Amino acid sequence: MITLYDFELSGNCYKLRLMMSILGVRYDIVPVDFYPGREHKSDWFLKLNPFGELPVLVDDGLVLRDSQAILVYLARKYDTTGKWFPVDDPALTAEIEIWHDFANRITGTASAARLTITMNYDFDLEKAQSGAHQLFRTMDEHLWFAEREGREWLCKADHPTTADIACFPYTALSEEGGISRQDYPAIRRWLDRVRRIEGFTAMSGVFPASRAREAS
Amino acid sequence: MPIAPSAAILDAWHVFSAAAEIGPGPYRSTLLLDTRLDYRRGTNGEVEVRRRDTGAALLVIERYGFAWTSLGSPPDDLFSIPEFYEPDRKNMSCGSLGVNVSAPRAVENFLDMGHFPYVHTGILGEEPHTEVKEYDVEISYERDEILATRCRFYQPRAALSADEGQDVEYIYRVPHPYCSVLYKSCPADESRLDVIGIFCQPMTEETIRAHLLQSMIDDENTITAMRRFQQTIFGQDKPILENQYPKRLPLDPRAETPIRADKSAIAYRRWLSQKGVNYGVIPQAA
Repeated sequence: MITLYDFELSGNCYKLRLMMSILGVRYDIVPVDFYPGREHKSDWFLKLNPFGELPVLVDDGLVLRDSQAILVYLARKYDTTGKWFPVDDPALTAEIEIWHDFANRITGTASAARLTITMNYDFDLEKAQSGAHQLFRTMDEHLWFAEREGREWLCKADHPTTADIACFPYTALSEEGGISRQDYPAIRRWLDRVRRIEGFTAMSGVFPASRAREAS
Repeated sequence: MPIAPSAAILDAWHVFSAAAEIGPGPYRSTLLLDTRLDYRRGTNGEVEVRRRDTGAALLVIERYGFAWTSLGSPPDDLFSIPEFYEPDRKNMSCGSLGVNVSAPRAVENFLDMGHFPYVHTGILGEEPHTEVKEYDVEISYERDEILATRCRFYQPRAALSADEGQDVEYIYRVPHPYCSVLYKSCPADESRLDVIGIFCQPMTEETIRAHLLQSMIDDENTITAMRRFQQTIFGQDKPILENQYPKRLPLDPRAETPIRADKSAIAYRRWLSQKGVNYGVIPQAA
């Protein structure tokens, strides 16, 4: 059985809830009081993850940290289609890793801005916001050209991969960090496509795709 | 240039931090009514607050797990929540969350039951149970607060302690222009009410920190789990609040068209108008 050490408002924890929901994997949640309790820095949690960071996933005694690493683990272990993290195409695997790194950069900027505004963290807000805009411009351009070539997802595949899951949460939550997506139409279209993936689940602050569209 | 708050706001107590988050050591800083404050817990255990612009020390009281101060001449005490002091209650802050919205918009959303099935689907409401039934609202001039009673709503999961859907009874109080206290049926004890408070710290006219209080009857669940429940709900409200336009609350009754369910909102806007509140609102043209 899988146990996720989880904070509801964390985009990196949500990443794993989203992946497991899409893969149909069942799991238990242990809530960790990241804010205001700072429980991720408590003695018991530091024993689980000396880095004092969420999320942590425990699968049958195996303790894993780092949301991107856990995405790869979940995909390799539980995705029977082999599509979420394909390993038979070296170029595609490398491309996914590039976007996993990109997701970490989004965390370092868009999430930092959100933590500053929402939970009173002491980051340089303007620097975090302008850093996020720089990333989103790159991502928007990339997605715009991908669309022109008939592709819908971040990587060169005709299906979504862990790269899309990794980049989704803090992009979708960017407005909570005061980062508008108004200038990034290709990102907005991509966010909607992720919302329509079978098995998609929402989190507080991220809404599902509208039901009206689905019904039509 | 920020506007000068009228007496109703200037002389009120305003929340600025969870009490537990104020420690000794270096000053921490926050914004209240466009005014930069620095605060810490002094060696005698008392909270010290001073304005950065003038250096003036401000009055402080600690109530309901939060610290409150005033930029003017505040009343002797804050509004009362007697339930908070009942010995078997689990009292907790559920966090102080920054939101890009005016304080009155946040209070008004807190009073609104109509959004439950759409925004808090599966928790505080669900279709087809969308009707807001008739309820009573009064402005009590003696207590200087708004009271909404006889509010009832079907909720799939009214609290963490609920294991089935139920018709939940609500009582809302608005005892402060920027604060509201909600009493709702307690799934763990039919004879009592859980208490949830939203205390808004007006940082600027259009940005707040929402300080969330829960005072619960619940022997089963941990503080962590109960906090998570409340944060999940508030996290769902947040994007709705931040996308309201205009961000300041219009007090002109013709500015936004109310429906019957908005009875408490209508009273709230009228009450703010009568008090002469001018901060975080669009006042009615004279």
